[in-house]
Amino acid sequence: MNAIALPVSERDIADTRNDRLFRWVLGATALFVLITLAGAALSMLWGGRSVLASEGLNFFFSSDWNPVENKYGALVPIYGTVVTAVIAMLIAVPVSFGIAFFLTEVAPRWMRGPVGTAIELLAGIPSIIYGMWGFFVLMPVMREKMIPWLDENVGPIPFIGALFRGPPIGAGMLTSGIVLSIMVIPFISSVMREVFLTVPSRLKESAYALGATKWEVSWDIVLPYTRSAVIGGVFLGLGRALGETMAVAFVIGNSVNFTASLLEPSTTIAALIANDFGEATEEYRAALLLLGFVLFIVTFVVLAIARLMLANLSRKEGNR
Amino acid sequence: MTNFTRIDPMNDARTTVAPHVRDAALPLAPPVKVSARDLNFWYDKFHAVKHINLDVPEKRVTALIGPSGCGKSTLLRVFNRIYALYPKMEAKGEVLLDGENILDPKYPMNRLRSKVGMVFQKPVPFPMTIYENVAYGIRHHEKLGKADLDARVELALRQAALWDEVKDKLKESGLGLSGGQQQRLCIARAVALKPDVLLLDEPTSALDPISTSRIEQLVEELKRDFTIMIVTHNMQQAARVSDYTAFMYLGDMVEHGATEQIFSNPVKQQTEDYITGRFG
Amino acid sequence: MSASMTTTIVLSDRDKAAAKLYRRRRLTNIIAIGLACAAAVFGLCFLGWILWTLLSKGLAHLSLSLFTQDQPPPMEAGGLRNAIVGSLMMCGMGIAIGTPLGVAAGTWLAEVGNHRKLGTVVRFVNDILLSAPSIVLGLFVYAAFVMQTGGNFSAIGGALALAFIVLPVVVRTTDEMLRLVPVQMREAALSLGVPQWKVTMQVLYRSALPGIVTGILLALARISGETAPLLFTAFGNEFFSLDVTGAMSAVPLVMYKFAGSGYENWEHLAWAGALLVTLFVLAVSLVARTLLLRNKIAND
Repeated sequence: MNAIALPVSERDIADTRNDRLFRWVLGATALFVLITLAGAALSMLWGGRSVLASEGLNFFFSSDWNPVENKYGALVPIYGTVVTAVIAMLIAVPVSFGIAFFLTEVAPRWMRGPVGTAIELLAGIPSIIYGMWGFFVLMPVMREKMIPWLDENVGPIPFIGALFRGPPIGAGMLTSGIVLSIMVIPFISSVMREVFLTVPSRLKESAYALGATKWEVSWDIVLPYTRSAVIGGVFLGLGRALGETMAVAFVIGNSVNFTASLLEPSTTIAALIANDFGEATEEYRAALLLLGFVLFIVTFVVLAIARLMLANLSRKEGNR
Repeated sequence: MTNFTRIDPMNDARTTVAPHVRDAALPLAPPVKVSARDLNFWYDKFHAVKHINLDVPEKRVTALIGPSGCGKSTLLRVFNRIYALYPKMEAKGEVLLDGENILDPKYPMNRLRSKVGMVFQKPVPFPMTIYENVAYGIRHHEKLGKADLDARVELALRQAALWDEVKDKLKESGLGLSGGQQQRLCIARAVALKPDVLLLDEPTSALDPISTSRIEQLVEELKRDFTIMIVTHNMQQAARVSDYTAFMYLGDMVEHGATEQIFSNPVKQQTEDYITGRFG
Repeated sequence: MSASMTTTIVLSDRDKAAAKLYRRRRLTNIIAIGLACAAAVFGLCFLGWILWTLLSKGLAHLSLSLFTQDQPPPMEAGGLRNAIVGSLMMCGMGIAIGTPLGVAAGTWLAEVGNHRKLGTVVRFVNDILLSAPSIVLGLFVYAAFVMQTGGNFSAIGGALALAFIVLPVVVRTTDEMLRLVPVQMREAALSLGVPQWKVTMQVLYRSALPGIVTGILLALARISGETAPLLFTAFGNEFFSLDVTGAMSAVPLVMYKFAGSGYENWEHLAWAGALLVTLFVLAVSLVARTLLLRNKIAND
């Protein structure tokens, strides 16, 4: 063991110092990402604290939303958010699965690339355009055809009928759900398709070699293999549907009266905030901030679940 | 023509060699450049390299051979402390370069890097011109005028036997070269810093046979100026190229000595089994 | 009885059962394929319907005046100049703010935090931000910036909100692209004695650059169509303005205001704006994808 002092050049010192500075700066920006998330949550909570203090749990369970009298029961927007998202998923998930199945197994090979790319590009269309289409095109159709039909034929049925009774206005949770579903379909089907393509071909080939049909390969082999990721993708889509503003704001009807019917005007958290924030008083804005916080928490949970599910598949493939 | 008696510095074995045998003209005991003393290495909890003692003679080629997973690459990578980039890696013991322990935290990393160069299995030219690839390391360590830098780049490319092929296209991207040329570029890049030791980690395993033999010839020439350690899973390559060979198995140094002796007259049974292909 | 040329095949019960099962499986398969095709057609039809609506309503009202005239009062002719300029400015600023932060954080993830627990946490948080509702990010900027600066709406606020949408996209792309660079390139550069910061900036970034640029382009495509985060930050502005400290217009904001208004010329402008935005988004996305594809081919 030699105890000779080893001469360290100036450049060595500069290099080590610069490296440390570099890593520190990078680390600060990574920390910034964490702060952003925490900051987003906390700032909205802080902004809405007065309303949380005065309303307490009533905020979530009362449907009396009256800004004039400073009463804020948010049941209607919360209910509307959940219901429109559920309707959207009920339509979008099977259709997306069908599209993904079509693109990975059924379509002729020359079609798969272009159609897949087209769908991915469609996923990038700004959501306000879906809202505008819903307003100008879908609403008249609903108003003139669908709603009268539903009102007459499904309305009278006991229990379920209550969901389908309403005046022919065209706006409401059903219309919003439909528009949302169309918006979310390109997204979910792209995720599903990507995920289906990760199944090792030898797995599928072995099944085919045993005589399985295309459907059986998809349902019995591909889907179980990718199950976690598919659920993850569905949850990602759900997260988008819950938080979507513009696609819904045009066709939800913007009414804070509680209604169980899917055909009557209602509202969602995002639509309510978007519509009312501009002219709101300070207290009203506090209530809307609190609503935003609720939306954030709900989507956070959904997205966290989605992330965990997707990480599951990645692990199965052997990535880390 | 008398026979020579060769004394092996590793284990003092005396062998008689006929004059025409390669390396017979070598002096009997070259000085030791690098030596590992009771070197141990852990990946997390896994004891990958166990109590290694190894002397690497100066300006000779020492090969590390052994089956997959025996720790030869791990051992090589201790010699330039490249493992320090990753978490959960730990080395204990001493590695003496010119008498100084490079595992000592006080040993300046940059001095280590300019004394010990490394070439990897996969040729990885930087996304720059050929000239820039070679000049990159030089630029960081020394401030040279253009003429001097040009000369250094040319010298390095000549040493890597690549100069004639690229002298007209120094401004082209390094990525445009063939696999074998790219690897020679990586060698040029490493020797440009005028290191004392060159570590070659399976440098030809990703190359075709013709490029492989070119690089093996290159190693023969390079050892005139550099001390070379080469890891190879190809025994025949070790036999062709090296002066000394160390055989490792499951983290242990089973045997080391002159290549002639290891391949024709191994002391340990395990070594003989590996050499003759009974396992591996 | 006597030796004949043909043998009559007698189906055993097992054969018959197997055949029945096979027929049922084939039927299920055909129905499934049929449903899948129907779903694909259904989905694609609706999407096509939307594109068709966009084209037909928007194309008719595309004209040069969109770019030369400002937002008009109802029932008067006009264009979208102030909105287009506002969108360009805020998107540009949003990218300018979000990109350096995103590249730096992504670099930290790939080079420093890669196999560490903290790295996993940051990646998780980043993924949440990536998919968070944009209106929430707008509210965040409102609460943390607009309210703290006297309640004034400004283009800076809008740009900040957009920057928070850009940030996670760029972080993710930078992280993934840097991790694609082969580990030996890093080691080779470091073993030359070059410090980590130089290796990252001079070697690694150069190698990952096409991918990182792709990420920035995708972020640009995304923010150019965003409305909600601008509602309470930039707020919108009827008049032409280049003042970043004041309220500013943007094409999606104008679309939101005009589309449901009931005034015909306003609705025409809304559709024209919609078509412009969609074309822009598609163009940027296509450029991004071609870049990525070329990069992938070069690296394989």
